[in-house]
Amino acid sequence: MANMCPYGRFTHAVVRGIPETFGKVAGDGGENEATAAVELAKAQRQFGCLTGALRQKVGLQLIEIPPDPELPESWRIEDVAVIQGDTALITRPFKQQRRSEAEAVRRVMSELSLTVVEMGGEQGDSGGATLEGSDVLFTGREFFVGVSSHTNRRGAEVLADTFRDFAVSTVPVCGGARLKNVCSMGGPGTIIVSNSDGAKKTLRMMEQLTDHHYDVLTVPEESAANCIYVKGPSKRDFLLHRPAEECPESVSAFQKLQDYTLLPTACSEASKLGASLSSLCLLINRKHTHF
Amino acid sequence: MTTEAGSETEVKENAEESAAQPDQSEEAKQESQEVANAEGEKEKEKDGKGITRYLPTWFKKQKSQSQTSPTKEVQPSEEPASKATEEEEGPVPEVNGHAEEVEKKEVKLEQAKEAESHSNASADTEPAKEEKVEERAEKGSDETKETKEGEGAEEEKKEKGQVEAEGEGGENQTSIFQSPLRLVRKTKMKVVVCHVALLDGTDFTCEVEKRAKGQYLFFKVCEHLNLLEKDYFGLTYKDNHEEKCWLDPTKEIKRQIRSNNWQFAFSVKFYPPDPSLLTEDITRYLLCLQLREDVASGRLPCSFVTHALLGSYTLQAEFGDYEPDQPRPLDFINQLTFEPGQNKEMEEKILELHKSHRGMTPAQADLQFLENAKKLSMYGVDLHHAKDSEGVDIMLGVCANGLLVYKDRLRINRFAWPKILKISYKRNNFYIKIRPGETEQFESTVGFKLQNHRSAKKLWKVCVENHSFFRLNAPEAPTKARFLTLGSKFRYSGRTQAQTRLASSLIDRPAPSFERTSSKRISRSLDGAPAICITEAGRDMAENGREPHLELHSDSKSRLRVRGDNIYVRHSNLMLEDHDKTQDEVLKHQASISQLKRSFMEAPPPSPPQPNQWEKRLTSSPASVRVQQQQVVDVPQTEAASPDNTITETREPAKTTEVEIEETVVIQEISKAAKPGLVSVTASPAAAAAAAPPAEEQEAHKEEVRVGEEAAVAEEEEVQPAKPESASSESESEEEAEYNPDVPVPISQTQIPEEKEEEEEEQFAPRDPPSLPAELSHAAEETTEEEKFIKEETDAEKSAVEERKTERETEERTEDLMVTPDEAPDSPVPPEGSGADFTQEEEGEPKVKGEALLVEVEPRLQVICCSEPPVVKTEMVTISDTFAAQKTEIATKEVPIVHTETKTITYEAAQLDGNGDGEPGVLMTAQTITSESLCTTTTTHITKTLKGGLSETRIEKRIVITGDCDIDHDQALAQAIKEAKEQHPDMSVTRVVVHKETELAEEED
Repeated sequence: MANMCPYGRFTHAVVRGIPETFGKVAGDGGENEATAAVELAKAQRQFGCLTGALRQKVGLQLIEIPPDPELPESWRIEDVAVIQGDTALITRPFKQQRRSEAEAVRRVMSELSLTVVEMGGEQGDSGGATLEGSDVLFTGREFFVGVSSHTNRRGAEVLADTFRDFAVSTVPVCGGARLKNVCSMGGPGTIIVSNSDGAKKTLRMMEQLTDHHYDVLTVPEESAANCIYVKGPSKRDFLLHRPAEECPESVSAFQKLQDYTLLPTACSEASKLGASLSSLCLLINRKHTHF
Repeated sequence: MTTEAGSETEVKENAEESAAQPDQSEEAKQESQEVANAEGEKEKEKDGKGITRYLPTWFKKQKSQSQTSPTKEVQPSEEPASKATEEEEGPVPEVNGHAEEVEKKEVKLEQAKEAESHSNASADTEPAKEEKVEERAEKGSDETKETKEGEGAEEEKKEKGQVEAEGEGGENQTSIFQSPLRLVRKTKMKVVVCHVALLDGTDFTCEVEKRAKGQYLFFKVCEHLNLLEKDYFGLTYKDNHEEKCWLDPTKEIKRQIRSNNWQFAFSVKFYPPDPSLLTEDITRYLLCLQLREDVASGRLPCSFVTHALLGSYTLQAEFGDYEPDQPRPLDFINQLTFEPGQNKEMEEKILELHKSHRGMTPAQADLQFLENAKKLSMYGVDLHHAKDSEGVDIMLGVCANGLLVYKDRLRINRFAWPKILKISYKRNNFYIKIRPGETEQFESTVGFKLQNHRSAKKLWKVCVENHSFFRLNAPEAPTKARFLTLGSKFRYSGRTQAQTRLASSLIDRPAPSFERTSSKRISRSLDGAPAICITEAGRDMAENGREPHLELHSDSKSRLRVRGDNIYVRHSNLMLEDHDKTQDEVLKHQASISQLKRSFMEAPPPSPPQPNQWEKRLTSSPASVRVQQQQVVDVPQTEAASPDNTITETREPAKTTEVEIEETVVIQEISKAAKPGLVSVTASPAAAAAAAPPAEEQEAHKEEVRVGEEAAVAEEEEVQPAKPESASSESESEEEAEYNPDVPVPISQTQIPEEKEEEEEEQFAPRDPPSLPAELSHAAEETTEEEKFIKEETDAEKSAVEERKTERETEERTEDLMVTPDEAPDSPVPPEGSGADFTQEEEGEPKVKGEALLVEVEPRLQVICCSEPPVVKTEMVTISDTFAAQKTEIATKEVPIVHTETKTITYEAAQLDGNGDGEPGVLMTAQTITSESLCTTTTTHITKTLKGGLSETRIEKRIVITGDCDIDHDQALAQAIKEAKEQHPDMSVTRVVVHKETELAEEED
């Protein structure tokens, strides 16, 4: 199919800087100070490392949207759009306050000449639909949408309607987590998954629903399950993963991946807010090959 | 009024007549198959001028058949102009026709009057009475007709005419002589004009006999399309509820459509998962046409980009390279697009992409089209509306891989075929029974509610067909008609994908040239392709003379799949699960299976696992049981080194109406010490034919059932033809039905089934694998030798016992070797193939047990010649599972006690690879066991071949033909062998056994 190629080919990454309001719950005007004690500076440093790795090590074109203090969670840019091929679905995050984050992202998508699809307003078919990118796992062959606290079935339907070439399966996500918290792609046919019970359950469902075969790389720590895999322009396999300091048990698992360039990337501050590596970027492939 | 009544009755008569004659027509078809090929070509020329028209008749004469159907097909009107002679006939008949008609009417009038006088019959009922009267007359006339024809008299037409004139009943035939116009009008009577919408948007019109079966029409269409790989396609019609249904090829069209709307559509029925494996471009082209329509109609959803891409390939295929100057086929593009408002954008995108395809040939463009389309998630998914157990609306999608459950475009569940144990429906409920997962203990049943009973049944059928087509190696035999059994007997009757791939690999013709839609559109008016002309002509004029040819032709083509109503092919793989068992039993069964599986896996070269089990079940004697058990246990212990799995699938014999062909698949896997990875497949089909007198049928049924159950228990190979019926017998036949898609492979269910498919394909490949194994085997042999010996001894014993039991036949058997000349006078072979199929550590065994090795077709001998076993008892021919089953019963009844001998000869022979590397077989053991009350001589040969570390899989096919006395055994056998050969060219026939059962009849008496 036109857009079908092995997972991992990306040319661009879109990120959004960490605002000084980092750690505050969006929309609350800082009244209930986020309980998590996050260090803004450290978070920004880690963010810098991530973007640096994407640009310099992996070789992606990096587009950085400036941070907006009004949007304390806007750095979780993954939630705002789901991109496959040259279509970008602008999602409707669960939190009302986050929906304006899409504005800037939409502009970037258009500049990249992606086909932008909106989930629509409150009314209409997608009324009540919520979807966040961190609940969407695209494997290159199909989509899995985690029905979680932030993403509902209606949202998944909109996604299915947008990316019609692909099977879109819904899977349960347990424990208030997000789908991408418990699994991520570790290669064209490889899924990295944590070995928590919830993750296993989700994985079982994915296995049940898929027509394809995936290799599964199980990591002992939940936070290690979220990685960023990119087959860069150099045709090498890059895996950004949490460093040994953050996930001591899991690093050895990543070394099983043959011929990978492993890029340990810290993400401790963001993860305190329930985010992870992949939350911080949108990956795009503008050199699509239809033919 | 009378006239009207008359015509009605005529119709009815036809129906009746047709019902009465099916056998004849089938016979005729078979016989005429051979002729068909020759005729086919001529037909195609379709100039048809009188010559072709008469060909069929001549052929018939030569064969001296009495067949009316082909002729009915009509003689079109082309001829009037052509030959003088023909002209003569043409007009004359017409006259006759008229005259007859008049006569008839008169008669009818009279009859009607009579009827009235006899009773108070209302006007409505009159026709019926008339009908009866006329029927009688007609029967009489038919008989005469047949006799005359049989004598090879004149052209049937004339005869008919005469006959009709005499008997008045023959209105049907009159149509033959009529002009096209009249034909159309007279269609009601005998011939019906069918309109088939083809994928390219054209309409194909042809005439079929009213009572023609679906396949007849289908073959005509395929022939028109020049399509050989036709198994992926089918015809649909709209039922009374405007729902699309698949036309069942094995049933009369008339009974399916249930209306007078003879409109059909030619469509893809099974979407090949990998279209690049199709052999011919024309097949791919047709698939493309279907997919274009699917996309355009929204049935196959795809993204804008994909849509545009598919459109661009279509343009490339239809119009060639993009040329800016050329008028843009905008209208064409518009046809492709389905989303209003996107047309402009789509068009631009399509044209843009089209430019990039420069240089691509139409065939390449089609292939690219398919390569993209096949990846769409809804490719080949047939959706059905349903509700889940909670009443939520969902869609059930049937596809090559299994059953998908969607809710609003979202996939919420999926049941792959291997996970499904049983598919059934009852009223408007549709159920699937799911194999327990690794962590679960019990199988679960998932139910869905369909809109109504009709849709439930339709879904069920689609599932059965898709499962059979994609998952099985050969179709499963429909359940036989049984007494007191209810439920749909529906089974997929066509070739499976594996078979059709094989068949298409044998296609040997230059790539047919065909026209694509656009070019057709352009050229049609000008030079119209012959084919098209014909079709169109055919619409108006009944296609003359072609029809008979066509019929024959199509028959010949379909030889493989069409085997009359009474012959079925069942593949052992498909063994069904036993329905009659209680849940407990099933569980136990499964438990034992898994145990077995385990032990087998652990054990290297087990010997004949299956047979043992089989026998276990069969045998009542403790001794035998013991032995078997031992075996099972022992195997693992004794042999540590090489795991060898032997899978024997046994089917129960056939009861069947007339002829049944069963195939047994034996898969042996031998894995070498180090590399289990290699798999080579050797296949040797053994054919056994058994004939049973009709009288016995009853008995046979019972026994077979029993056997089936036992088999099921024994391993997974069980087959149970009956279960669906038995299980679901509550309501009327159509109310519910079951189907067990399980692909039973005894040892490792999960793994093996999957591999089979691949292996199947591998078969086609060159024979390299065999040679390798042989070489490797030497080493292995040495090491294992000792162990083998031990085992073999045990095996021999076991097998002997088993065989005795299995095969003891109580009754006297007459041994008729009706089958082949070559047959050795010896006797019987163990039915189950148990003994024969033993696999020892090495794979190759002689599959031949009996002596009755008739036909060795293949170079590859797996058989050690058994024609002359050391000890030969002549006269007894045994063999048939049925018998085995019967023994018990028989024993109870008084049956003449004949002394029984069981001889088991175990052979160990290296498998001969076609290359000759193989070592000759070694006779391991030979035993003769004689017991009283049974007369059985069994010879078992076990051939071992060591093939080093290769895991080799062998497939053995067993073909059992059971028939009434009427059956022409030779023919049936020849046919069966031929088919087997065609399907599996690499296989060799190693054994043919003819079994005649007369005892039962006596018993009953």
